[in-house]
Amino acid sequence: MAVVRRRSALPQAPSYSLADVQAICDAHNEPEWLRARRLEAWEVYENTPMPYQEEEWRRTDYRYLRWNEAGAIIKANGATAAAVPEKNLEPLTGDEQGGLLLIVDGQVIRTELADALIRQGLIFTDLRRALLDHEALVEQHLMTKAVKATDGKFAALHAALWDYGVFVYVPRNTIAELPLHVVCYNTAAGTAIGHVLVALEDNAQATMQVEYASAETSGQSTYIGATELIVGDGGNLRYVSLQDWNRETFEFSHQRGVVGRDAQLDWVNGVMGSRLTKAFIEVDTVGTGANARVSGFFFADRDQFFDLDTQQNHNAPLTYTDLLFKGAARDSARTLWQGMIKSLPQMQRIDGYQVCRNLLLSNDARMDSIPGLEIEADDVACSHAATFGTLEEEPIYYLMSRGITRPQAQLMIIEGFFEELLQRIPFERVRQRLMDEIEAKIIG
Amino acid sequence: MVTTLEIRNLHASVDGDDDLILRGVDLTVRQGEIHALMGPNASGKSTLANILMGNPAYEVHEGEVLLDGENVLELEPDERSRAGLFLAFQYPVAIPGVTLANFLRHAINARMKAEDPDSKGIPIPRFARLMREKMTELHIDHSFAGRYLNEGFSGGEKKRAEVLQMAVLEPEIAVLDETDSGLDIDALRIVADGVNALTGPNMGALVITHYQRMLNYIKPDFVHVLYGGRIVESGGPELAHELEDKGYEWIRERHEALAQA
Repeated sequence: MAVVRRRSALPQAPSYSLADVQAICDAHNEPEWLRARRLEAWEVYENTPMPYQEEEWRRTDYRYLRWNEAGAIIKANGATAAAVPEKNLEPLTGDEQGGLLLIVDGQVIRTELADALIRQGLIFTDLRRALLDHEALVEQHLMTKAVKATDGKFAALHAALWDYGVFVYVPRNTIAELPLHVVCYNTAAGTAIGHVLVALEDNAQATMQVEYASAETSGQSTYIGATELIVGDGGNLRYVSLQDWNRETFEFSHQRGVVGRDAQLDWVNGVMGSRLTKAFIEVDTVGTGANARVSGFFFADRDQFFDLDTQQNHNAPLTYTDLLFKGAARDSARTLWQGMIKSLPQMQRIDGYQVCRNLLLSNDARMDSIPGLEIEADDVACSHAATFGTLEEEPIYYLMSRGITRPQAQLMIIEGFFEELLQRIPFERVRQRLMDEIEAKIIG
Repeated sequence: MVTTLEIRNLHASVDGDDDLILRGVDLTVRQGEIHALMGPNASGKSTLANILMGNPAYEVHEGEVLLDGENVLELEPDERSRAGLFLAFQYPVAIPGVTLANFLRHAINARMKAEDPDSKGIPIPRFARLMREKMTELHIDHSFAGRYLNEGFSGGEKKRAEVLQMAVLEPEIAVLDETDSGLDIDALRIVADGVNALTGPNMGALVITHYQRMLNYIKPDFVHVLYGGRIVESGGPELAHELEDKGYEWIRERHEALAQA
């Protein structure tokens, strides 16, 4: 009789241990408070099962992730800036750059900051350097206000084992005119545990773009990331995140913006790469008059699976959040957007909007959108919507009637679909590059 | 040589439907001529326009459409356009995220690439100049070029955008499908002025309309009446006036048998 071997029902866990946590602390001679936080996070991690059947995970099957391949933390192997594609390093604007931070395989390769910003007291460096030079600031902000170890299994793992990161600090009343640019690139398979911490003090302003990408590798990889965007009262942060990991990478990330009184956060999140992405993208409006715009675009092809879990938490009255995600899927790709607007009681006069628009480009692809509201206040204006469309014959015919070929007409319609979102990226050449990448995905 | 569009014995229906809407249309339009095609509702006017441009929602059962002897029914809509045919849509389609200028530049480039596969397309400054010239000529605000195609356009703006496209693409034969519908008198005059500026020795036009009022502004050389899927009357401009005076009732009476055939 044949023996049918079943895959284990539960997802496999990586084989990290307490010793790994201690080894990181020792290797970098980390301060006591950080050691304590890591150990505390490790405890949370150990006491949390691998997520699987919980509501926000039950549609996300990552059991084909092989931790034995993907679990070893990537070590710098001598790769330099030369390993990084030119398009990632291209300046964001043609004029003077604010700063560039390049991290390859977890190692800082380049840190540049414009003199003007240095004079203003802006800090733009890697997290380890910041621990040495600005320890109190890091202690104050690192996983205390935005992402917390208790946010989930992977948040706990991240807090216990983060390996490298970016630290941006903009002092009170400081307006950083020039954009900051971060590139995190991996050349080898394995795990990257990277952190981005951006803190704007009251009335500070900054614009920033972070890019994630990796070279083709033969084995699987994971990215266990956290992004913290803390905008003080009256502050204004424009933040763009672009993810283009190789097709063997599994991303598990927690990203959260915290927006203070009368502050603004304009956040654009682009997901193009990876085999599987499970991202928690959350924004908390914590001060009266806070305003957050969260935008996302994604394009899944072949066997990609994107699961984007967004939450808009209205934790103060008179706050405004507006979320728009737009995505396409082709081949046998699958995408999922789960959105939630929450408000605490007494949080009156809030406006919260969420829309996800889906463009389905093949019969084998699947796209799901699950909007949700949990509103405990009564004086609110909230709405949510999800739309699904395919490439329709009528607009194609209209474009063709002017001499445009069918493939070109299809391309124009898909690019037009994304145009609205790409316009929210404040860098012309980045928009152009993303259009080219979308085009490459369409042409396949 | 004068470009000629010949429609011969054309029978057509909505795609997948056996009920014929066009039942033997014969009509010839030459470059430099303006033909008006009139007819009551449901006589098949829009079906003819759609069939001529190759709308996949319609199906040809019998007959031919020749452009300078070449059977355009075998061509895709983009090939028909590049061969010199143009349709001003009754209901222009909104294309979000694609500006009118970007759209027209692609349309011109598609023509250049069809002629020369190595063509790099029209240089941007030259294209910008062309757009400015045409928009000025048609009294169209230059900001129009940067707007997303037909998105949020008023009825009048959509029709003007159609005329602008016609002006930029310079077809030999243009079909205007109820370009007057939904326009107030001012908008109608502006659109008609645009059409008049373009017609002449280089362009022939088939102006499809339900009402005679359009023909107060666009003077046709020939007027045809479509009824029951066939052209039942043809004449000069006086035929349009007769229709205005008498309505379509006499057409129905005279050709009732045809409609019921």
